[in-house]
Amino acid sequence: MYRYIVQRLIMIIPILILVSIAIFLLLSLSPNDPAVLILGANASDLELDMFRAQHGLDKPLHVQYLNYMLGLLHGDMGESYSTMQDVSYMIKIRIGNTMILCAGACVLITILGVLLGVSMALRQNSIYDNIARVCVLIFSAMPQFWLGMMLILLLAVQWGILPPQGFSTIRHMILPWICTAMGGITVVSRTTRSSMLEVVHQDYIRTARAKGLKEGYIVRKHALKNSLLPIITVLGRYVGASFGGAVVIENVFQINGIGNMMVTGLRQKDIPLVMGCVMISALLIAIVNLLTDIAYAYVDPRIKSQYEGKKKKKKSKAKEVSEA
Amino acid sequence: MNRREKKALIARSNKLEIWYRLRHNTSAIVGFVLFAIILLACFTAPLYLDYETDIIQIDAANKLQGPSKEHIFGTDEVGRDVLNRILWGGKTSITMGLLALGLAFLVGTILGTIAAYFGGVVDMIIMRLIDVVMAVPILILMITLAGVVPPTNVNLVLIIGVALVPQELRLVRAQVLQLIDKEYIEAVKIQGGSGFRIIVMHILPNAIGPIITTAMIDIASAITTISTLSFMGLGVQPPDPEWGSMLANGKLVIRDAWNISTFPGIALLLTVIALTLIGDGLRDALDPRMRR
Repeated sequence: MYRYIVQRLIMIIPILILVSIAIFLLLSLSPNDPAVLILGANASDLELDMFRAQHGLDKPLHVQYLNYMLGLLHGDMGESYSTMQDVSYMIKIRIGNTMILCAGACVLITILGVLLGVSMALRQNSIYDNIARVCVLIFSAMPQFWLGMMLILLLAVQWGILPPQGFSTIRHMILPWICTAMGGITVVSRTTRSSMLEVVHQDYIRTARAKGLKEGYIVRKHALKNSLLPIITVLGRYVGASFGGAVVIENVFQINGIGNMMVTGLRQKDIPLVMGCVMISALLIAIVNLLTDIAYAYVDPRIKSQYEGKKKKKKSKAKEVSEA
Repeated sequence: MNRREKKALIARSNKLEIWYRLRHNTSAIVGFVLFAIILLACFTAPLYLDYETDIIQIDAANKLQGPSKEHIFGTDEVGRDVLNRILWGGKTSITMGLLALGLAFLVGTILGTIAAYFGGVVDMIIMRLIDVVMAVPILILMITLAGVVPPTNVNLVLIIGVALVPQELRLVRAQVLQLIDKEYIEAVKIQGGSGFRIIVMHILPNAIGPIITTAMIDIASAITTISTLSFMGLGVQPPDPEWGSMLANGKLVIRDAWNISTFPGIALLLTVIALTLIGDGLRDALDPRMRR
């Protein structure tokens, strides 16, 4: 298993390099000139040339890229064109907010999504199930940013219960968490419901009931455990997606996070800044994907056995040969 | 034996069977009717609305009015009728959503079938490229793309189309891989059918069901994405109306007027719900085993 994890960690590197090349080319080849965007249309040619020389924009593309990557290897993500600060510093002071937003949303997605799905599956076709399904349909169709606006309108502007923007206290965080999590909650609950339904009608569940096991125990240990695989797949996908959704939610609630910084950077074509943000998000997605695969192995012994060390594989092969 | 039972006994072709199941699915019918109404309302708008006077003309005297007889959904921050702009914006959003998904569908199907059919190195190269595209969260990818190209509607369609290609491609590839080892494909090969013929005549028709089902739901996500990008100021540019950009304006005046930030969202919500219902209905009709 550890061998597999290390292999996967090594495989992240080429993907990150390819992503960095793709994004760098995209940003560099786009028609806007960062010098003009940042210094303004009134800047003289001399000023523009000085800006380009200062940031290495006058060099050929591959030199620019190699310089950036060499810096990255030393932990230096370059200097922002617009603020002249180190990108790594700018990210460091903002990543906390984004991480709190995403982590809170992921906790909500996992707990509420699975609980809702299980409770719907256990009462299949009851009034509760039907109402919950309609609600899930409506909320899954709601775009995140509009949900945020409606919550602001209702809870902040009309009733004044919660603050409409900012991210300093727990009270500020409630609305952004709900909005970031909502899409994930609906999809996870839907997947949990259908995955549980596949399991709860099977014979071994009936056997467990006939044995006189407590209902809660059956649901947790027999039903839910066997329906976890598809749930983990969607969970993994939405934990990753919540990082993308955070960009929009940060915009809606005026949160000073990485997403907002990236959009501002894009407007000014601040290449190092945008590169930094995209690379961080790609790294996070890669880690989430790896964690998903590890979670598979912990839930399903069949998958775990595929990753076991060579010894066991050799043994089983020898067995096959001797049987043949 | 009454007439109904007799009818049920008559052997139906597969297509008729699908139609029969679809017709008896209430939520799918609701979805179809809702989507038809939305399409009709949005696409007939140019017949009785004039772009210059009804959609973009500023009427500062009547700004930020609540719903009234004259303006059913009220007016926005510069006095334009919200309902008119919703209808006009819907036309833009839905057209662009359909085009974007059509593009993703076309490219995804071609590349996905090639990857699955030829396998080996071709498959590996295509799938590694897809891995790279999918390594970045899809929304961040689209925002980055939208940030570097000029914000025209054509570019927007291309961006969303490209960003949706990976998921379509993976789906098509999985479907084709399931079919490729079937006996009837081998039978065609033995008869000397060319690779192109096998793919177009024998594999795709059998793989298309699940692909179309997800496509319906993906149209909805494409429309939502267009609105999201417009909301961020990276999509449809003012003064053209679009649901997302209307909502962005509504957010600026959310303390003074609730109607601008509510109605375009409801339009978006209804469209997405309609498409989801149609997609779910199609899935149940095409694959009754999945139904529960």
